Amino acid sequence: MDAVVTPSLAPLITALRAAGYTVVGPTVKDGAVRMAEIESAAELPAGVGDAQEPGAYRLTERDDEMIFGYAASPDSAKRWTQPPRLTLVRARGEEFEEVEPEAPRVALLGLRACDLAAIAVQDRVFLGRHPDGAYRRRREALFLAAVNCAVPGGTCFCASMGTGPKATAGYDLAITELASPHRFLIEPGGDRGAAVLAAVPHGPATDCDHAAALEVSRTAAAHMGRSVDVSGVQQWLPAAHDHPRWADVASRCLSCTNCTMICPTCFCTTMEDITDLSGDVAERSERWDSCFTLDFTELGGAPVRGTALARYRQWLTHKFATWYDQFGVSGCVGCGRCVTWCPTGIDVTEELTCIR
Amino acid sequence: MTPAPYRVRSRRPDRADTVTLALEPLRGPSPAFLPGQFDMLYARGIGEIPISMSGRGRTGAHVHTIRAVGAVSDALCRARPGDVVGLRGPFGTSWDVPAAAGRDVVVAAGGLGLAPLRTVVRELAAHRRRYGRISVIAGTRTPMTLLYPRELTRWRLAHDIDVHVTVDHPDQDWPGPVGPVTRLIDRIVFEPRRTTAFVCGPEAMMCAVADDLVRRGVPPARVVLSLERNMKCAVGRCGHCQLGPLLLCLDGPVLDYRRVAGLLSVREL
Ligand SMILES: Cc1cc2nc3c(=O)[nH]c(=O)nc-3n(C[C@H](O)[C@H](O)[C@H](O)COP(=O)(O)OP(=O)(O)OC[C@H]3O[C@@H](n4cnc5c(N)ncnc54)[C@H](O)[C@@H]3O)c2cc1C
Ligand code: SF4
Ligand code: SF4
Ligand code: FES
Repeated sequence: MDAVVTPSLAPLITALRAAGYTVVGPTVKDGAVRMAEIESAAELPAGVGDAQEPGAYRLTERDDEMIFGYAASPDSAKRWTQPPRLTLVRARGEEFEEVEPEAPRVALLGLRACDLAAIAVQDRVFLGRHPDGAYRRRREALFLAAVNCAVPGGTCFCASMGTGPKATAGYDLAITELASPHRFLIEPGGDRGAAVLAAVPHGPATDCDHAAALEVSRTAAAHMGRSVDVSGVQQWLPAAHDHPRWADVASRCLSCTNCTMICPTCFCTTMEDITDLSGDVAERSERWDSCFTLDFTELGGAPVRGTALARYRQWLTHKFATWYDQFGVSGCVGCGRCVTWCPTGIDVTEELTCIR
Repeated sequence: MTPAPYRVRSRRPDRADTVTLALEPLRGPSPAFLPGQFDMLYARGIGEIPISMSGRGRTGAHVHTIRAVGAVSDALCRARPGDVVGLRGPFGTSWDVPAAAGRDVVVAAGGLGLAPLRTVVRELAAHRRRYGRISVIAGTRTPMTLLYPRELTRWRLAHDIDVHVTVDHPDQDWPGPVGPVTRLIDRIVFEPRRTTAFVCGPEAMMCAVADDLVRRGVPPARVVLSLERNMKCAVGRCGHCQLGPLLLCLDGPVLDYRRVAGLLSVREL
C-alpha cells in the first residue's frame, strides 16, 4: 500500500480502537508530555512545544496547532516492551508456576525514530542468545505508529548515532505531520499497518506531500541540539579507563539512577521475592534496576564498583562500546533523555568528546 | 525464568557454615552438566543465587556445596532431606577437562573454590591415565575450614594425585604449610609448557596464581579461571554480571586467563 494523506488523526485513533488496540499517545500531564491512554484526538497536545537542555525540561506554547511539535517525551516504549515491574513466578507448596502476564494489545502513537531504534536494540537483548517468550508476546502485541521528528530537542543527537530523525524501519505506520494545510502523510510499514490504514478515510499522497515530508526530516536532521563523533568508540572508550575525565564527571554525578530509568534501552533488572502473610504463596518479580546503585555489584560484602567513578565509567562504556560486544549494536540511540533528565546536567556527548 | 522443583536427596554438613546438598528433580531426569557450570537455586520466598555444581550423584543428582553468607544461602543450608527447593540450570561455560589429555594438570583452589573444582578432579581421576602429572593445591582459612578432607586423601592415595594444602591461620596440630596458595606452586612438579591449570577462588588469589604460572611458562590460554560476579538472571538480561565486554553468566564463569587478564587488571571494572 502506498502512502496516504489525511487531515486528522481522529479516524486513525478510531480505527486502532476498532481493531482492538488500546491507544497510548502523547498527552500533557505533570508539566510534561507523557504517554497515556487516549480515547480521542482531542487529548493530543496541539500547540504544545518543549525546551530541553542538559538538566532542564519545560513545556512551551507554539503559535500553531501542530500535535507533534515537541521532542522526546520522558516516556519511551520501554514501559510497554519491558514493564517496570513484572511478576514472573508464583510458588505454592512444592510447585513453582510461571505467571504468564497478559500481553496487552497497545498501539503506541507518536514514537520517534530513536524510540524505534531503541526497540530494535531491546529485541537484540531479549530475543538474542536466550529468547524471552514473554517479551516476544508483549512485543508482537504492540502496534507502532511512529512520527517523523519535525523539531529535535536541545539534547537530541540521533543523527550522530544514525538512528533518526526519520523512521526507516520497525514501524507499522510512519506519520509525518505537515503544515499549511495541516495534514498527515502516513506510510504503512507492512500488512498490519496497511490493514488499519485501509479503515481510515484518506486521499493519495501527492508528489508535493512527499516533498514536504522529506523537507521536514531534512530540516530536523539539520537542527540537532547536539552531535558527537562516535567513530571507533568501541575501541577508544574501553581503552580510556584511566582518563582523568572520569573523576571529573564522577564529582558531578549523584548516582541518582535517573539516566538509566529514563533511557529507552537500559534493560538491567533485579529480582524481588515476597510471601503472603500465611507464608503459603511466594512470588518472584523482576523490576528495573540500575548500575548506578551500590548493591548492583555486591559480592562478598562489598560492591565491585564502589565508587561513582567506576559506576559512571561502567554505564557510559557499556552504552557506547561494550554493548557492541554483547549485542552487536550501540546501546545508545541518541534520544537525549539522559541529558535532559540528569539533575546535574551531565551530557554524554560532552563527556565522550572530552574523553576522546 | 521459572525454577523447577527439586527434592533434597541428601545433606552433609562440611563444616560450621557449609553444607553439601544433592538435589533431584521431582519429575524427570536430572539435566546433564559439565564441570564448572552452575545452577540458580531458589529458596521459596527468599531469593535465588548462583551455586556451582560440586559433584554428580549416582542418579545424576546435582550436588552443590553451599556456604551460608546471607539470607538465601542460609535458607538453602538449612534445607533438610525431603525439602523442596527451586532450580534453574545448568548455566555457563565449563572447564574442558578432556582437552588437558596428555598434559600435566594443576588444580588450584582458594577456599570454597575447591567445590566446583571437585568435579574437575573427579573427572581427572576417572581417566587418570590420560593425563600426565596431576597436582591439586588448595588454600583454606584454618584447618577446620578445609573442604572434603577425606576425599583429598583419597585422591592422593588412590589416584596418584599430588595434593598440597596450605592454611592462613594454623592451629597447634597443623603440620603443613602456612600462607597463600601461590607458595604451594614451588612444591609441585609440572612442565609449564605442557601444563593446563584450572583455578577457582577469590579473584586476588586467582590472579596471583595465574600470574605465577604464566611467569613460569604456562601459556595464558591454558590457565583457566572461574570468575564470580553478582548474578540475578543467568541468561544475559539482568546486567549484573558484566565484566567489561563480557556477561559472565553466558561468556563465563569459566574463562581462560589470556581473555581476562587485561579485564581483571582494571580496578572496579
Ligand atoms: C558462578 C557462581 C558460582 C558460585 N558457586 C558457589 C558455590 O558453589 N558455593 C557457594 O557457597 N557460593 C557460590 N557462589 C556465591 C554465592 O552465589 C553467594 O554467596 C550468594 O549469592 C550469596 O547470597 P545470599 O542471598 O545468601 O547472601 P546475600 O544476603 O545476598 O549476601 C550475603 C553476602 O554475600 C555476598 N554476595 C551476594 N551475592 C554474591 C555472589 N553472587 N557471589 C558472592 N558473594 C555474593 C554479599 O555481598 C554479602 O556479603 C557462586 C557465585 C557465582 C557467581
Ligand atoms: S544513553 Fe541517553 S541519549 Fe542514549 S539512548 Fe539512553 S537516554 Fe537516550
Ligand atoms: S542522571 Fe546524572 S546524576 Fe543521576 S546517575 Fe545519571 S549521570 Fe549521575
Ligand atoms: S546474571 Fe543476569 S546478565 Fe548475567
